[in-house]
Amino acid sequence: MRLWDTIRMAAIGLATHRSRSLLTILGIVIGIGAIIVVVALGESGKQLIVGEIQNMGPKNVFIVPGREPTDVGGAGSTLFTDSLRESDLRDLEEKANVPNAVSVTPIVFGNITSIFENESYMGLIMGSTPDLVRLFDLTLATGDFFPDESVRQKEEVVVIGKKVADELFPTQDPVGQKIKIKNKNYRVVGVLAQKGQGSFVNFDETVIAPYTIVQQYILGIKHFQRMVVEVDEEVNIANASRDIETLLRNNHDIDDPTKDDFFIMTQDDIVERIGTVTNIMTILLSAVAAISLIVGGVGIMNIMLVSVMERTREIGLRKALGATNRDILQQFLSEAIILTFSGGVIGLIIGVAIGITISLLIKYMFGIAFTFIFPVGGAIAGLAVSTIVGFVFGIFPARKAAQKSPMEALRYE
Amino acid sequence: MATEQHRHNDRPLVLSTKNLRKVYMIEDLEAIALRDISLDIHEGEFVSIMGPSGSGKSTLLQILGCLERPTDGKYLLDGKDLEHYSDDELAHIRNKKIGFIFQAFNLLPRLSVIDNVKLPLIYANIYEPERTRIAREMVTMVGLGERENFPTVKLSGGQKQRVAIARALVNDPKVIFADEPTGSLDSKSGAVILAFLQELHEQGHTIVMVTHESYVAAAAERIIHIKDGLIESDEWVEHRHRVKETDTIK
Ligand SMILES: Nc1ncnc2c1ncn2[C@@H]1O[C@H](COP(=O)(O)OP(=O)(O)OP(=O)(O)O)[C@@H](O)[C@H]1O
Ligand SMILES: [Mg+2]
Repeated sequence: MRLWDTIRMAAIGLATHRSRSLLTILGIVIGIGAIIVVVALGESGKQLIVGEIQNMGPKNVFIVPGREPTDVGGAGSTLFTDSLRESDLRDLEEKANVPNAVSVTPIVFGNITSIFENESYMGLIMGSTPDLVRLFDLTLATGDFFPDESVRQKEEVVVIGKKVADELFPTQDPVGQKIKIKNKNYRVVGVLAQKGQGSFVNFDETVIAPYTIVQQYILGIKHFQRMVVEVDEEVNIANASRDIETLLRNNHDIDDPTKDDFFIMTQDDIVERIGTVTNIMTILLSAVAAISLIVGGVGIMNIMLVSVMERTREIGLRKALGATNRDILQQFLSEAIILTFSGGVIGLIIGVAIGITISLLIKYMFGIAFTFIFPVGGAIAGLAVSTIVGFVFGIFPARKAAQKSPMEALRYE
Repeated sequence: MATEQHRHNDRPLVLSTKNLRKVYMIEDLEAIALRDISLDIHEGEFVSIMGPSGSGKSTLLQILGCLERPTDGKYLLDGKDLEHYSDDELAHIRNKKIGFIFQAFNLLPRLSVIDNVKLPLIYANIYEPERTRIAREMVTMVGLGERENFPTVKLSGGQKQRVAIARALVNDPKVIFADEPTGSLDSKSGAVILAFLQELHEQGHTIVMVTHESYVAAAAERIIHIKDGLIESDEWVEHRHRVKETDTIK
């Protein structure tokens, strides 16, 4: 018997019980769907974070206030710790303290509303220095970035992102105009070129001002939320990190490293940590998927056993007409595999649909560059697994069918 | 009679049994279906097997048709002793050398007429378009050409049995076995089926038919009576009844 005949026969067998077949594969659909969603979102998330970190540049060391978060939720607490101070900045800039440091850039940020005439824009304000241009590879569409002088003099100047410019200045050139933030006027000196969703901070939606003025007049704080130390060579990252730790512990009177009120992140660190988190998530959700696949498989086996029973006379007839044990085995095994494989295909389609929906939701709700990545490996694995489930749980009923003696089967009522 | 007994001696033997015995075990009880059956059937014969209910007719036909194995005794089909054949080899024999017609038709109800007829060809590894060509020829021969794509569930009993005949013939078998082929039919469609069988016989087919109606049995040229698993008589029909399609039997 040719494969095509076997498949055709199995398909006809399944089509005879269409709604039962559909219900049977539900477990497989859910299992494969879950695998696809998990793998796709995990991949997209990893891509997003890894991409953002790569934007930071491999020579940059990030200093973050607070305790190193051990879970995703802990990351929020780093925003409320005020351990990084102006004095730390001065000391880090001291060549003798961190010999490998090229520059030290403080960053503060918060949410504000900017107003120009009748237009207003709510979004992120970031306070920093002109080093930001180099660190995040920013380019300007019009005007210039404010100079270091503006930072020292606490000048009321801002550089705005493309989207901010479009919203506040739909008809005119923003450069030279004054926008109002917290009852103070700030002169727009430059507009960033569109950067797109490429970074954890969407610069298109950000207003940038000298950190000195943001600290004092806009956020009313004296600490920094991040410091970025640029190191001369990638190989010196470890050295520089050690120097930074020693200095900050000294400044903060910390003897016990487990009581650190800051932590250091490098690109390698973060890539590794994100990898661990997403891997744990993937393992957990894969376990859920595996359980639903097993449950689904047992369901398939159950239905196949019922089907073999109900079709005993058909089996007897086929044998009377010359079907060998192998022909019957193949027919019923094909039915099981076609069932689970189509369950896999449907699960794949549903999983992709859910993945795309979630990605879009994340993108619009959090304004981050979360793009759906079709999980090629996950799809192939999902279809392979669904086929294997069909084989594993179909072989027993199929063998039962094949081993029936023709006359006994024909006599079956 | 004695001379007629060996009417077809000049032709090759198709079926030959010696001391055939079949015992079924129900729990610990032995049910003896066949005690001692020895018979020879030559190519081209049309044989009826008669006997009361439970006498072992169907059992004999199933053994001759390789659907069951005898408990004891010898059985040669087409000159070959089947004793040591495996299940799959027997399946192959059923596929190539045997055509079955059952009382209950045994069609796959959702498949079309032509797909039912194609089944033996699938297991014989005959592929399209040859498969359709042969099946269509058979379907046309039994007069159902216009209904070849009908699901068989929509056919009348007589039409179903014609599909079964087409299916039995499609692999050009050595012997056709029919177990009460008219048993589920009204007299008119029964006559049509009998007429078909007679026509096949005239074309040279070997046919073994079980029935418990003497009128039906008389359509054959030889009648074997069995009782309690033994052959009671084995005679040639003196006045063969020529069934016409327009007849009503019984
Ligand atoms: N599968 C079986 N298991 C047990 N006993 C069986 C089986 N098949 C047949 N028998 C027994 O063997 C004997 C012969 O049965 P068989 O079906 O051959 O009779 P039959 O002549 O065809 O009868 P009928 O005219 O009623 O069809 C009966 O006593 C029956 O009960
Ligand atoms: Mg019977």
